[in-house]
Amino acid sequence: MTTSKPGLVAQVRAGRIPALARLLTHIENDTPVGRAAFDALYPDSGEAHLIGVTGPPGGGKSTLVNELIRAYRARGQRVAVVAVDPSSPLTGGATLGDRIRMNEWHADPDVFIRSMASRRFGGGLAENTLAVAHILDATGFDPVIVETVGTGQDEVEIARLALTTLLIQVPGLGDSIQTLKAGSLEIGDILVVNKADRPEAIGLIRDLHHMKALAESHPEGGWDPPVVKTSALKGEGIDNLIHAIAKHRAWLESSGELAERLRTIAGEEVAARVRSEWRRWAEGSEAGAELAAFIGRVADREVSPRQAASDILEQLTKPAR
Amino acid sequence: MTDRPAGHPIRILVAKPGLDGHDRGAKVMARAFRDAGFEVIYTGLFQTPEMIASAALQEDVDVIGLSILSGAHMTLFPAIMDALKAVGRDDALVIAGGTIPATDQPAIKALGVAEVFGPGTRLQDAIEFVRAHAPVREDTA
Ligand SMILES: Nc1nc2c(ncn2[C@@H]2O[C@H](COP(=O)(O)OP(=O)(O)OP(=O)(O)O)[C@@H](O)[C@H]2O)c(=O)[nH]1
Ligand SMILES: [Mg+2]
Repeated sequence: MTTSKPGLVAQVRAGRIPALARLLTHIENDTPVGRAAFDALYPDSGEAHLIGVTGPPGGGKSTLVNELIRAYRARGQRVAVVAVDPSSPLTGGATLGDRIRMNEWHADPDVFIRSMASRRFGGGLAENTLAVAHILDATGFDPVIVETVGTGQDEVEIARLALTTLLIQVPGLGDSIQTLKAGSLEIGDILVVNKADRPEAIGLIRDLHHMKALAESHPEGGWDPPVVKTSALKGEGIDNLIHAIAKHRAWLESSGELAERLRTIAGEEVAARVRSEWRRWAEGSEAGAELAAFIGRVADREVSPRQAASDILEQLTKPAR
Repeated sequence: MTDRPAGHPIRILVAKPGLDGHDRGAKVMARAFRDAGFEVIYTGLFQTPEMIASAALQEDVDVIGLSILSGAHMTLFPAIMDALKAVGRDDALVIAGGTIPATDQPAIKALGVAEVFGPGTRLQDAIEFVRAHAPVREDTA
């Protein structure tokens, strides 16, 4: 039985930034302190608009997030950012460089920026990114913006975990077929053409509209992902983008999709937790021998894989843990 | 000092304070720490003491690596250490690299900078120093 360090949760609830920063390390490392605090604080979350920002490496995600901070601060909102960069598969080390584009907010107590290494978790996120976002949400930041690792478009976990996903595209990344992989319409609630200060952006915008026209038409009352062009570098198009995000939020609420998405997200998180608890058990030393025995009996045809799995699940859930 | 638990990589802020535009040293430092398996928050050039303190606070780093080339180190270091204290992050291990003359090093260490890696030191020494001295903060486990 573990309890949170005395006062840490209370300090976080009271808005103390040092305690929040410390707690996020516990959450990131999934320590007993972090687990207990997460259980305690999770009920306070669910208010913030969770915005995912994804797109190719170097597409201007961080620069755009910096402009989103500016816009939301101008509206008086407290903004939190979780920015994920990749870990090296060889050394496990990481260079987290997103913050470099957001240095200007250092004196603003209503902006909180946290960098995370992906730690080889797939999909452009770290395993505990969403848990970190929930804590920031519970602490009263709204919106909470998650910048993913710069990805190709096939591994984008964020679309299933955020309320509004901005899919960034940039001109000049190859021919249009390459850029406009099928599926981008499913990933992005809003298609952002950044670096629109470049002349080639016109072609990309045209291709995006073309792709949308070819795609199956969205159902009546459904969401039609808008194409919004921005120049994060020049701070242009940001108001349109904020407006599109607000429109998407309003649609989520009026269509009933918000409750639906919150349920989907919760379901994904529960499933992910079950997977990680399983992995934690299987990799633990006490379980190693037990697991090997189960596997041996399956290999020897004494029990079927299905039977072994249900025995293991029973073991996993029985002891008070 | 207790051992660092598995699954708790060292988090280190690498910053380049001062007004000169040379970040080569900071980048080399950041890359070496990354290759050593650390998680490096790299904030780049022209970092004011307040920016460094704010990043150290929000990122909850264990270690702060400062790369300093300009001759302004004797004013920068006191300001940075004061800013860290102001946000309660004077518990972080602070190390410095760059062109800091040996004669100034005692004064800098007296401010609470744990080690100075001047010209001619090997990056490996800095890595080993960080591994040996990165604080395992009491409630980390
Ligand atoms: N021309 C132009 N350049 C931009 C724009 N937005 C960002 N950039 C530049 O693109 C480069 C990458 O910007 P970042 O914001 O770091 O891109 P990112 O997508 O966050 O990069 P990763 O996190 O490394 O994947 C920088 O040099 C930016 O200045 C834009 O609207 N126009
Ligand atoms: Mg970035």
